[in-house]
Amino acid sequence: MLGVGAYRTRNRPALSEVLPLPIGEMSWALTDHRDQSVRPTDWAGHPVMVFFGFTWCPDVCPTTLSDISLWLEDLGADANRLIVALISVDPERDTPAVLADYVSSFDPRIIGLTGPADEVAKAAADFRVTYRRVDKDGGDYTMDHTAGVFLFHPDGRFASIIDFHEDRRFAVPKIRRTLS
Amino acid sequence: MKHFLLAASLTLSAPAAMACETVTIGDLTVEHAWSKATIGAGRPGVFYVEITNTGSTDDALVGIATPAAGMPMLHETVVQDGIASMPHAMSIPVPAGQSVQLSPGGYHGMLMGLTTALKEGDSFSVTLTFEKAGEVTVNVDVLSLRAEGPDCADAGQ
Repeated sequence: MLGVGAYRTRNRPALSEVLPLPIGEMSWALTDHRDQSVRPTDWAGHPVMVFFGFTWCPDVCPTTLSDISLWLEDLGADANRLIVALISVDPERDTPAVLADYVSSFDPRIIGLTGPADEVAKAAADFRVTYRRVDKDGGDYTMDHTAGVFLFHPDGRFASIIDFHEDRRFAVPKIRRTLS
Repeated sequence: MKHFLLAASLTLSAPAAMACETVTIGDLTVEHAWSKATIGAGRPGVFYVEITNTGSTDDALVGIATPAAGMPMLHETVVQDGIASMPHAMSIPVPAGQSVQLSPGGYHGMLMGLTTALKEGDSFSVTLTFEKAGEVTVNVDVLSLRAEGPDCADAGQ
């Protein structure tokens, strides 16, 4: 159901060989946690930091959001122009209201994005992100997903990826390089 | 519900200090047990702890149980080729003379079927079952969703 985009990207040769598109060439249309529609063109001229996740995830996602919150604290007001977005790979459960609840626990500059399954798949394809639903006993499910944090320059060019659990000494300078 | 959780934890000491308690069973030391607040009871909670084996025999954590959740399980976060997945861990090795951490981004307890939402400042008990040492119960502090661990004087990095 969520599968089409996910499995297509999954069969690409290797993630590291395929870079995310520049923001300006992306084509998704999503909704943020305040119910506002967001398109890639809205981010023109801003440095951008994006990661994919889902609110049902007990470990990776809160850990990444805690890391991001600490990075933003380190950067202070310098990061106020930075767009920071969590894109849900689980739009079935992550409504804008659910995302609003979730992001309220973290730095207020972090926005949550969700939308119809096909728009999420489009966003994942644009960012070259993989995700996959994993069914569990009793009808429950979890999601496997790309865990890195993507950085883009203000002109939309892809800048770099911060890997899961990358040391803050390396993460913060990477972000700083996209801010000017 | 909060009273139920406090009763289940079998202690009246200040919640803030519980994660810093050390419990021993045989050659195993169990400390720094903590969890994160959840949004509602529908989402799984998480359980982190540190286990040190001071003995000369390997042991393994084979299960967890808690009154706070109907289906607690051991999991491991694995990041392979940039993709994070969370396979079920049948057992977590606790080798002789070593420390093992259930910590963000690695091994963790996943608390499915929470009886109530976990709120910052709450506490609950978790019983750990070891292959050789048997069962031991620890008190678990619920910290904020963005916490990175308990703030204990001896919590070495």
